[in-house]
Amino acid sequence: MVVVELITGRTLDQGATVEEKLSDEYFNAVNYIELSEEDFKQLALKEGDRVKVVTDFGEVVVFAKKSELPKGIAFIPMGPYANAVIDPATDGTGMPQFKGIKARVERTEERVKTIKELLEAI
Amino acid sequence: MQDIICTFCGSVCDDGEYDLEKRKVKKFCKLGSSKFAEKERIKAPMIDGKEVSYEEAIEKAVEILVNAKKPLLYGWASTANEAIRVGVILAEKLGGVYDQCASVCHAPGTLAMIEEGLPGATLGSVKNRADVVIFWGSNPMEAHPRHGTRYSISAKGLLVKDRKQRKIIVVDVRPTKTAKIADMFVQIKPGYDYAIISALRAIISGNADVVPNEVGGVPKEKLVELAEIMKKAKYGAIFYGLGVTQSRGRDRNIENAIKLVQLLNRTTRWVIWPMRGHYNVVGAGEVPAWEVGYQYAIDFSRGYARFSPAEFSAVEVLLRKDCDAALIVASDPVAHFPKMAVKHLKQIPVIQIDPFPNMTTLIAKVVIPSAVYGIEAEGTVYRMDCVPLRVKKILETNYWTDEKILEEILKRVEKLRG
Repeated sequence: MVVVELITGRTLDQGATVEEKLSDEYFNAVNYIELSEEDFKQLALKEGDRVKVVTDFGEVVVFAKKSELPKGIAFIPMGPYANAVIDPATDGTGMPQFKGIKARVERTEERVKTIKELLEAI
Repeated sequence: MQDIICTFCGSVCDDGEYDLEKRKVKKFCKLGSSKFAEKERIKAPMIDGKEVSYEEAIEKAVEILVNAKKPLLYGWASTANEAIRVGVILAEKLGGVYDQCASVCHAPGTLAMIEEGLPGATLGSVKNRADVVIFWGSNPMEAHPRHGTRYSISAKGLLVKDRKQRKIIVVDVRPTKTAKIADMFVQIKPGYDYAIISALRAIISGNADVVPNEVGGVPKEKLVELAEIMKKAKYGAIFYGLGVTQSRGRDRNIENAIKLVQLLNRTTRWVIWPMRGHYNVVGAGEVPAWEVGYQYAIDFSRGYARFSPAEFSAVEVLLRKDCDAALIVASDPVAHFPKMAVKHLKQIPVIQIDPFPNMTTLIAKVVIPSAVYGIEAEGTVYRMDCVPLRVKKILETNYWTDEKILEEILKRVEKLRG
């Protein structure tokens, strides 16, 4: 298990598929977490392995990807997978905290839910 | 067809070429090309998944809206000003809440602007004059792919002629694609924007001695170097993104950044501007501002407009379960709101107006498909720098426009409500 600070945000692939949200392309564009090389190694992951991301606000299973992030920072593209674990509190601004959430990431054998399954579980 | 205007991101590029035979657009980026590519559409209006006529769907929508005590009318960032205008009137007639996508995007910048004003500029001004451009928590290479070539990185301006004459700085928590092409990358710890901006203000105002050796993961020397570049710029521009508005500090981060720009403007010229996302998210704020005085989070339940993001932003309304129906126009809150907010949306009747099926379609009771502005319908939109542009109709369609659908709903609501 590693503890990371989770950020979420736009990617080119997420943007290009945003008007096709029920397609496989969108599913693939938003269903993963990017981890630093060190955190990836510590969890003994291979590209395409699955991890469970747990925060105080929820948990979600996503695919793991290695990236150039600094150790301790992780990134999930904006979308339903990210929104399963972000902090909904807006501190009076109307804006939930989409970035900078403490998360625990661990290896899992659980399946990545489809977008429809994710919605049904809410 | 020449001079096609793109209706994807806030850059609203106006130089596309459309091949009517191949049905393809040229010159646009990956995002713009995907916008103009053929894709799955909502085939017909639907009630509970069953296909019906436009009139039947509108009747059902009106029935839901007039029977609701407090409907939420949300979305508006991917439609034209003409439709938004009708939407705001509808929210007033229904005594509902009007909120728009900026509330989970750039609205903290609006709060900061209310406090401090906004020393801004058009993108044309930045292209022609800016010799230093800072992307702070923004990543145009992925979110606004042609912003750099048209306005801010390699754009050929009148006074600043090319990339060599322009210094590009990226401040971010991760080495983004934009950071890779920058002259200077300042990597900060998440949530430390406010502290770093305060340190820069201290250094620029001659109080470097109070700044500790490291702030938010950045060594003091690097902050001093950045402050020097900022002071020496002839014309600087800060383009901030969701890295600032969605992190700890939110609106206060922007307020502090505007104060930094005000300080720099005592000796040189700096501007600051948000990198707005959807092509008309500016209109979703400007139109209600010129109709009722506020940009978002507007409640009409007392018969007049009240603004309070802590109470009337869509996420707060949903978390509090303070709406009993929702009209979602040109947006997908089910995909983009926190899980707890979606939970309430699933429990109330939802009406969706949108060209494309998305996650909100999956929970909507009434679905009304619409024409795509910029492709199948013309209308006026505001580019991210508030410059209005008339987007074009290039293909014929049988789909109704958002404006026509909303006009029909409004007509019936007025008849019932008076």
